[in-house]
Amino acid sequence: MRRATWLVPALYIVFLMLPIYWLLCMSFKTTNEILGQFTPWPQNFTLENYRKILTDSTWYMGYVNSLIYVVINTVMSVAVALPAAYAFSRYRFLGDKHLFFWLLSNRMAPAAVFALPFFQLYSAIGLFDTHIAVALAHCLFNVPLAVWILEGFMSGVPKELDELAFIDGYPFWKFFAKIFLPAIAAGIGVAAFFCFMFSWVELLLAKTLTSVAAKPIAATMTRTASASGYELGLLAAAGALTIVPGAIVIYFVRNYIAKGFSLGRV
Amino acid sequence: MSTRTVNQKAWWLVVPVLVLVGFNAIIPLMTVVNYSVQETFGNNRFFFEGVKWFEMVIHSARFHDALKRQLLFTAIVLAIEVPLGVAVALAMPRRGAWASVCLVLMSMPLLIPWNVVGAIWNIFALPDIGMLGWTLNKAGVDYNFTRQPVAAWATLVAMDVWHWTSLVALLAYAGLSAIPDAYYQAAKIDGASAWAVFRHVQLPKMKHVLTIAVLLRFMDSFMIYTEPFVLTGGGPGNATTLLSIDLVKIALGQFDLGPAGAMSLIYFLIILLLSWMFYRVMTLGEAE
Repeated sequence: MRRATWLVPALYIVFLMLPIYWLLCMSFKTTNEILGQFTPWPQNFTLENYRKILTDSTWYMGYVNSLIYVVINTVMSVAVALPAAYAFSRYRFLGDKHLFFWLLSNRMAPAAVFALPFFQLYSAIGLFDTHIAVALAHCLFNVPLAVWILEGFMSGVPKELDELAFIDGYPFWKFFAKIFLPAIAAGIGVAAFFCFMFSWVELLLAKTLTSVAAKPIAATMTRTASASGYELGLLAAAGALTIVPGAIVIYFVRNYIAKGFSLGRV
Repeated sequence: MSTRTVNQKAWWLVVPVLVLVGFNAIIPLMTVVNYSVQETFGNNRFFFEGVKWFEMVIHSARFHDALKRQLLFTAIVLAIEVPLGVAVALAMPRRGAWASVCLVLMSMPLLIPWNVVGAIWNIFALPDIGMLGWTLNKAGVDYNFTRQPVAAWATLVAMDVWHWTSLVALLAYAGLSAIPDAYYQAAKIDGASAWAVFRHVQLPKMKHVLTIAVLLRFMDSFMIYTEPFVLTGGGPGNATTLLSIDLVKIALGQFDLGPAGAMSLIYFLIILLLSWMFYRVMTLGEAE
């Protein structure tokens, strides 16, 4: 009984990997082979699908656009969340609890509800089809999340650290930048990872707020798929490439993932 | 929490967040409220209609059907993902290289863009050329998710389990890792059974993270849009038209802004209310 427990995660991981295997497998096939008959692995192995995506600017610019707004959003979310999380973890002030719950309630707003108003809002202020528009819109759910995660990590730092620094005569901002931020470096990494992740996977708003100049890879995928028939191989290759940034980021934070998912509050 | 000092100046630290989130939340929300009480015949002319759209949405069979499908979907995925996630976390290695390998592989689905998740499952389940669909049909199961409502639902649920169970597993794993080894040794000395260890040591320690897991899974499954839209497009017929899909159909497809606005607000309120109830129920014992 004890020895068989490894089977549970093993079988679960096989279940997770099967669809991903199939995606990779299809991305190395020619369209004819895909539509012809079922083959469990590529018979005529081809890199043509990847070559097309990496040389055609309408394709690879989709990845560049996505990465630009994701990075802007991550930096912005973490930067504004840091002082707020510090306030929530260290001080009591008028309406603090209500404010915290109001922030979290924005995490519960369905993107579908906000799609049309966002389109009108960002068109009205002239930011439609810019990277900054998507980055700002994604702050709706990423800022509350970053505050929540950072607050959890900051509450784990003893308050005596602050008090000793102030007794030693450190001004607030110097203490914050030189002593406090290094103390919660892991928390900042985790918060940045989550902002990156949720901005990277969200597409309804990103698609609604862009048309040409800042079009994310997801929109490129749907349009190209319908315009030139149903090129499954190309679609599969584009999908496989969208996994790469996430895989790279996850490698860097692998030791903090578990703690991060519990928002620093174990 | 009790050690926090009162300091009203802390408001200044919160202002940037307030401005940024307020801009993104309040203006669009007011736009929706505005639509929900007005009628338009184009040309940007609006007429005040009061609560007409709210009454219409609350009494419409279409909304009831979408809501029922949504509740059913959320109930099914919670019932599968939470126990499965906990089971996987319990069986995972606690430390060492294998733990890292498990964590990285299990996080993979969480980092795939949502429309790609839908696309992956679409090509995986295609009845004639997809791995899953082909295998099922070869095994004698009549399976076609583009035509059979039951098959569409099964595929949708499988996709969500594939996509999100890891979140529950990772949270439960984080809770388990925080249990000191001494607890297990004490349980062993007492001769506690595996079930007793789970019930009295592991479950209480996981309670907090499981609350977060259930809340997150509830909210996100209730708001799901992109994955089912790419996988089934809400079909066959309306079989998998969940609330968000229906809402986008009304708002962006038919451009019925009034009913869409009213529906948005009712939808949002349902999520807030149910989340609050979940939160209260799951933290009931903590206050004592």
